[in-house]
Amino acid sequence: MTAVDPSAGDGGKKKSARRLPGQGLVEGLGVTLRTMFEGAVTVQYPHEKEEPPTRARGVIALKEENCTVCMLCARSCPDWCIYIEGHKEARPPRRAGGRERSVSVLDRFDIDFALCMYCGICVEVCPFDALFWSPEFEYSEGSIAKLLHDKRKLGDWMEVVPESEPLEVGAEIKAK
Amino acid sequence: MTHLLAVDIGWGWTLAIKTVVVLGLIPLGALILGYTFLLKMMSHMQSRLGPMDPGGFHGWFQLVGDGMKFLQKEDIMPEQADRRVFALAPAVVVISTFLIFVVVPTGPRLVVKDLDVGVFYALAVSSLSIIGVLMAGWASANKFALLGALRAAAQLIAYELPLLLAVVGVVVQAGTMNLNGIVTAQQGGAIFGWDGLGNPYILTQFVGFALFLVAAQAELTQTPFDMPVAESELVSGYMVEYTGFRFLFFFIGEFGTAFAFAALAATLFLGGWALPGVHGGTADLLGPLVLFVKLMAVAFLIFWVRFTYPRLREDQLQAMAWKYLIPIALANILVTGLFKVWL
Amino acid sequence: MSTTDRPVATRPSAVVPEIEVDPGAFRHLADAQMNVELDTGDMVLNLGPQHPATHGTLRLVVRLDGERVLAADPVIGYMHRGYEKLTEYRPYPQIITLINRIDWLSSFANEVPFVHAAERLMGIEAPPRAVYIRTILTELSRIATFLLFLGEMGLQVGAMTPAFFGFRDREHVLNVIEGATGGRFHPNFNRVGGLKDDLPWGWIAECRRTMDIVFKSCDDFEDLLMGNEIFEARTRSIGIIPADVGTSYGVSGSNIRASGVDWDLRRDGDPYLAYRDVDFKVWTHPDGDSYARYWVRLQETRESARMVLQLLDAIPAGPIMAKVPRVIKVPEGECWVETENPLGQMGYYLVSKGSTGPFRTKIRSASFSNVSILPWLLQGVYIPDIITILASLYFILGDIDR
Repeated sequence: MTAVDPSAGDGGKKKSARRLPGQGLVEGLGVTLRTMFEGAVTVQYPHEKEEPPTRARGVIALKEENCTVCMLCARSCPDWCIYIEGHKEARPPRRAGGRERSVSVLDRFDIDFALCMYCGICVEVCPFDALFWSPEFEYSEGSIAKLLHDKRKLGDWMEVVPESEPLEVGAEIKAK
Repeated sequence: MTHLLAVDIGWGWTLAIKTVVVLGLIPLGALILGYTFLLKMMSHMQSRLGPMDPGGFHGWFQLVGDGMKFLQKEDIMPEQADRRVFALAPAVVVISTFLIFVVVPTGPRLVVKDLDVGVFYALAVSSLSIIGVLMAGWASANKFALLGALRAAAQLIAYELPLLLAVVGVVVQAGTMNLNGIVTAQQGGAIFGWDGLGNPYILTQFVGFALFLVAAQAELTQTPFDMPVAESELVSGYMVEYTGFRFLFFFIGEFGTAFAFAALAATLFLGGWALPGVHGGTADLLGPLVLFVKLMAVAFLIFWVRFTYPRLREDQLQAMAWKYLIPIALANILVTGLFKVWL
Repeated sequence: MSTTDRPVATRPSAVVPEIEVDPGAFRHLADAQMNVELDTGDMVLNLGPQHPATHGTLRLVVRLDGERVLAADPVIGYMHRGYEKLTEYRPYPQIITLINRIDWLSSFANEVPFVHAAERLMGIEAPPRAVYIRTILTELSRIATFLLFLGEMGLQVGAMTPAFFGFRDREHVLNVIEGATGGRFHPNFNRVGGLKDDLPWGWIAECRRTMDIVFKSCDDFEDLLMGNEIFEARTRSIGIIPADVGTSYGVSGSNIRASGVDWDLRRDGDPYLAYRDVDFKVWTHPDGDSYARYWVRLQETRESARMVLQLLDAIPAGPIMAKVPRVIKVPEGECWVETENPLGQMGYYLVSKGSTGPFRTKIRSASFSNVSILPWLLQGVYIPDIITILASLYFILGDIDR
């Protein structure tokens, strides 16, 4: 069993074929010593905080005025963690003599973040742009029941939804 | 040492002071070594910070808090364990560490007992911990603990010889086994006629120094020789049944022994408490500080190696001791002897 | 029920190695079966499902004679989550979310063969920009998982420092993946027909900077571990997989390349993603021991970084999603797609009856076959070597059990 690496080379560092005995040991010590002086990479949470990228999937926000209670998000959730209830209300016709309109009104829109997989299918599938992602992640609770965010709380999350960022060179679709 | 600062204090008080110092030194030393090297140096070598919050300033309170936590834990003993042996085993390990400090000098007059066979005594007493390890493994009534203990005992016994033989070179060069004598020989010596630095034996006994460090690493069961303890890949070796206060004893024993070996290495190879040109009363005052600095340097080397290397397999470890280290040590003694006789 | 035009993957240009299999080699599988309760002879050691050395819930029942292993029996299934059953009841977008979690360390690579199979049955092709970005993200997940391997193999062998380096440098790659997809571990970025979103502004430059970090990290691992004499003593000649035994057991990926078999589906299999446009080298090592497996993965990490840099220079402009209906319905058919995942060869056999979800999916996962060689491989090794071998084979429990 040869102890020689294939002659095709390492592809990276230049290493001479012959090594002194103990050279590997010394190089290893050098790496740890150098790292000791390079400084730590620790971010001391909660004293210091890092900013997640804009697209990070932290929490879902609801824009209630866009929602038409079509139930597409609740149906497409893999975990069935969205609970929606709504009712229809009558509205006056747009012009005089027209038909009476009916509008869906949202009664209950809960997302159970204890079940949520953070997949984003609900946000993607909504035809009326009522759901948005936000990179906010600091919403841990002491009890699991509090992880069920109701309509009001989901509406509050709209405040931390970032502006959509520009896309990379060569992208054809416009950022939503 | 019945004169403390020119005051005659009698042997009773002397004994009391010495006992308190030695008893307090081991936990304190273990604490300092543990914090500096295990918590802070290891962390920075791994690009992280280590404890920062306990105690406010860079987490200095972490180990003290850990100790307090261990003290209030439940004392669990396996049902089939041999109760007395189980309880005594950690004590034996720690006692051997305390006994080493009886001969380590921190100043020309600051030594608990200035034995003429200091080196012999120190090395003999340090091997008492093997008995403690075997007691722990046997009394645990656990198949795997016993296996781990036997393996550890085999390793510790194998590496006693290189440890001893490495020191023989120093003894030959100094001409005495008295530790204070070795220190003064280094302080008063000269390198090729220039006596500015004295003659620290690391310059001539560099082979011995390297051997001593490697053997000390194995005696402390530290990586790359920590197969007995890192059987925590499978089971936790001989310490598996120990919890709470008893485990704390083992932990203090490990770091206290590291402290002791670093102190021995500093004394034998780096000149101990001596600074060139400093004698008498000043040496008594500065001695502990100088020794502390030197032993921290040696401990740095020990722990630097520990955090960098993977571990050797048990058979590779034994082969290294018997086939490589002992012949090299014997050759070192031969060369030292030749130099001593003919120069 | 059967279909007339079944797009089944063929392999006209591949070179399958000629192997002679000795049927006696499989006797070890039968010998290894042990009934732990009835065994009263030699010592039986149970590396239970909870163990620091087995990457997840693998149970390894080992019969020992002193220090040496006489027989080893891996018991799997502690993490079985029923993926193939799950796919029978879910529409395609949900399945893509779920299969991220099969091999969770390189999640993007799990989605790719499934999405390919669906696209092939539908007869659509993702636009070139999407194909390039998919390739880049697959190689990034390969780098991420290999950096973890390089670190944790050091940890299993006893050095605690490389593990931290592996995690530290992996963070940069995960941040890059998160910048594009929104998720560090579970990107959920593939869609049937393309990708969910285009890349954000500045991503390409950030990716280039990260590749510099990856190269430096590989150099560090080479200095710290690979050149280390103690590491070599622990891994050379340990766990040698001969090429014929490995191929007969179905070992794939870097493990079989470390035994000298020059086989990489990116180059030799059906063309998929953008690998035909990239210049890359397939690394092999003749020894087949644990050191070789480490060496091959280190070189592959560097190679993946080079591939990413090539691809970044050449991303075409254009759309990232083909024209697909809003609700994905895959026409009737069966399709087999296999890809070179970081852990080995992963494949999906997709049977569709024309509805919004598959009728049946068979998932061929790499680690399942990689682990099947353990009864043969662990015979006669020392106990510490078991750990080294498990670490060097690099399996993920989610991949074994699905």
